[in-house]
Amino acid sequence: MRGWMGKFRSLFLFGALTLLLAGCGEENLSALKPKGYGAELLLDLMLISIAIMIFVFIIVMAIYAFVLVRYREKKGQEHTIPKQTEGNKALEVIWTVIPIILLLVLAIPTVQATFDLADKSTQGDEGVITIDVTANQYWWQFTYADQEIATSQELYIPTGERVYLNMKSSDVIHSFWLPSIAGKMDTNPGENMNTMYLEAYEEGVYWGHCAELCGPSHSLMDFRVIAVSQDEYDQWVEDMKNIDPEAAPETTTAQEGQQLFNDNCMSCHAIGGASAGVGPNLANFGNREKIAGILEPTKENLVDWIVHPDEIKPGNQMPTEIVSEEEASKIADYLLQLQHSDVGTDVPTQNEDE
Amino acid sequence: MSTALAQKRGLGAVIWDYLTTVDHKKIAHLYLVSGGLFFLIGGLEAMIIRIQLMKPDNDFISAGLYNEMITMHGTTMIFLAAMPLIFALMNAVVPLQIGARDVAFPFLNSLGFWLFLFGGLILNVSWFTGGAPDAGWTNYAPLSTTSPGHGVDYYVMGLQISGAGTLIGGINFLVTIVNMRAPGMTYMRMPLFTWSVFVTSTLILFAFPALTVGLFLMMFDRMFGSAFFDVGLGGNAIIWEHLFWIFGHPEVYILILPLFGAFSDIFSTFSKKRLFGYSAMVFATVLIGFLGFMVWAHHMFTVGMGPIANSIFAVATMAIAVPTGIKIFNWLFTMWGGQIKMTSAMLWSVAFIPSFTIGGMTGVMLAAAAADFQYHDTYFVVGHFHYVIVGGVVFGIFAALHYWWPKMFGKVLNEKLGKLAFWPFFIGFHLTFFIQHFLGLMGMPRRYWVFLDGQGLATGNMISTIGAFLMAIGTLIFLYNIIYTAVKEKKVGGDPWGGRSLEWSIPSPPPHYNFVQTPLVRGLDPLWIEKMDGKEGMTPAEPLGDIHMPNASILPFMISLGTFIAGFGFIYQVDDPTWLILVFVGMGITLGSMLTRSLKDDLGHHIHKEELEEDIKKGAGK
Repeated sequence: MRGWMGKFRSLFLFGALTLLLAGCGEENLSALKPKGYGAELLLDLMLISIAIMIFVFIIVMAIYAFVLVRYREKKGQEHTIPKQTEGNKALEVIWTVIPIILLLVLAIPTVQATFDLADKSTQGDEGVITIDVTANQYWWQFTYADQEIATSQELYIPTGERVYLNMKSSDVIHSFWLPSIAGKMDTNPGENMNTMYLEAYEEGVYWGHCAELCGPSHSLMDFRVIAVSQDEYDQWVEDMKNIDPEAAPETTTAQEGQQLFNDNCMSCHAIGGASAGVGPNLANFGNREKIAGILEPTKENLVDWIVHPDEIKPGNQMPTEIVSEEEASKIADYLLQLQHSDVGTDVPTQNEDE
Repeated sequence: MSTALAQKRGLGAVIWDYLTTVDHKKIAHLYLVSGGLFFLIGGLEAMIIRIQLMKPDNDFISAGLYNEMITMHGTTMIFLAAMPLIFALMNAVVPLQIGARDVAFPFLNSLGFWLFLFGGLILNVSWFTGGAPDAGWTNYAPLSTTSPGHGVDYYVMGLQISGAGTLIGGINFLVTIVNMRAPGMTYMRMPLFTWSVFVTSTLILFAFPALTVGLFLMMFDRMFGSAFFDVGLGGNAIIWEHLFWIFGHPEVYILILPLFGAFSDIFSTFSKKRLFGYSAMVFATVLIGFLGFMVWAHHMFTVGMGPIANSIFAVATMAIAVPTGIKIFNWLFTMWGGQIKMTSAMLWSVAFIPSFTIGGMTGVMLAAAAADFQYHDTYFVVGHFHYVIVGGVVFGIFAALHYWWPKMFGKVLNEKLGKLAFWPFFIGFHLTFFIQHFLGLMGMPRRYWVFLDGQGLATGNMISTIGAFLMAIGTLIFLYNIIYTAVKEKKVGGDPWGGRSLEWSIPSPPPHYNFVQTPLVRGLDPLWIEKMDGKEGMTPAEPLGDIHMPNASILPFMISLGTFIAGFGFIYQVDDPTWLILVFVGMGITLGSMLTRSLKDDLGHHIHKEELEEDIKKGAGK
């Protein structure tokens, strides 16, 4: 008897855990707290499937519990032989047909959602934004083809609009995952370009991950999607289009930093306009939520990152110790004052509430 | 008999005996020991992974080493632990269940084992020669084709050799079951374990060639400069995914089906009832096997195949839930009205039902193609497949080992220790993997070396790690049980559980010719039928006569050793052509051994009637 009681106790525990956890999960990161069209559709689909599955599980466990309690061998029964039942056609038909019906109930919304999320009918229409996403080991490049805006790590979109993403990879397979807005899609190398769309309901900074194993720093290939109102978005586009990469910074250290940056870093990086493609475009760097997608945006971290990128993101392409710590500090001064647009800086990020 | 002789001749002779044996029961021991060792290695790797993920931003191991750990954990557990342990059960039981004296090709049986072992050794040598494979057990191109060092080369060589062994083993069991059944054992009288091994062997026959082809293409890409997967040179990286999953999806059914069979036998035996809905169970097994081939692309919903392909594969995948459901209900109704005896074997089997049901349900959830845009490559998937593979395959292996241990070794594993091992493992299993579903939905992708602080993932990961330690404790108790049983427990007779199928009609462990006289099978559960008619054992189908047995041979070992040596030559010839010497030496040994095998007549030997009569007096005829 203790055997099955124990099992029930643990099942109960896990049930309680389930309830506890349903309320958990970081806002703007969790698939359980949708903030956009795709994620909402997918959560609905999940809930349908979970409801069906829990129904099935309860039936199975009811029979299971009954059988294990009722038919345990009792003392003195050792030599009796139970009836050798061959089967029961009616019962077997029932537990074949009912699951088929249940699966049909699930299959229909599944197919609907699958086609819905693959819909590209409005792509290319007047005013509909398409952004090219290129995944690299271990950073994200976002190019607004019509606007000649290139940025990296942070993707700005307007709320309430469908924004299409044309996605590919420059090296290995990655996967663009934005749980709270739209789910995920792989980025493939070569000609297998994928398209998905995002539609954020509310303003916010949403956290995305790379979901396909892509090398040592796979777990550090994060990005942000910053959803702002249409007006703010237009402002951002305006700001980004008017970046002057040559603009001289105010302080002298930053000016020295600019020179050092131009001498050492420009072969890979760019600031605004078209991207060099080898390394991230550093437009608006001073307003980024994170350095390299993961570090707090402090000067100390930035210097560390410039001098020892391999210790922070193992296996990344940026050369180590190309400049001295002192030079890096000047470059950091320069980069941190690159604040081309203050749009989105006031959008609260969930992770800073903690 | 030969074991007894060998024991008298000391350790060297025992080793020689195992190196040359073609006896399926001893090959089962070899598979059990090597599969068990690899299971421990894979488990150790799992523990290292869980320690690394115990807390946010942990730096217990480096990023590169972590990727090697996850790759080797997956590869080891699937190819080097689960597969051989299943082959151990197949070898130990199937010929006995169908009333055969051996498998159809005893020489090939031994060859299959040695190829598997040497392939596994190649894979694990990589730890000591500059880095293990690190592109995930799925080894997706171009991450794998561009991975620096030789890690991925080891993956390619190791799995190629090991996979050849598995393919040989699968074909062997297919032929054995088709050809070697005792008189009266029609297909619809075969025990469910034999049935599921039959279907599994068919799956191996069709699935492994896809892996072989994929590995060859990757080998050419990495070692000889071809560009099948290099998009820069006109290749296509997605082809690897298709080839891998055309093999990889049936592979999960290759793993689980034999244990579905074992559970069927165990439920039936310990409920003292015949299996409920036998023909439906057979049909469901075949149907699962068939559908298993039709659904590989459900691993690729996010690759960008388009909504039509995604929908077709989604619905086809959901369909598998129907035959699996049939099985679950038939097991429940096998116990219904029976007398359930809660032995350790039964405990693992009973625990399997809710665990596997959860795994199956999350499987249906994953089949909903669009929803997979959230689940794919997250801890939800990690939770799901561990529920299936641990809750199904590992629970099944534990159950089957407890069940057939007396048949393999003549002693019942200690029941108290058996149950003591069960509880920490069972609780630890749910603690580890249940919470991972939620971690996945909360935004934790799989194969993450670190997760950052402040994302709400810390508590769940901590619980998961604690669970992993409990599972390790359970495993260690099981190991202790094996030693304890070997030292302290007493020998038991041929039929300790009140068995129903043929393996229980002969002594434990069986003589090396298995059956003195081939039994006559009169229906399903043949031994049960005889017992119900008041008989002690099976009615023989033939008069007592000489038995023809195959001779032992070192050649399978030599052939495999040759491939092992040549493997290193292939891996390192990229660096320096002198390494090609190893290719020539290794292939020389392999081909020379094959030539010897072809030219030398080996007609086997006979066990004479007089010897058998001696054995019967000692109780072998029972």
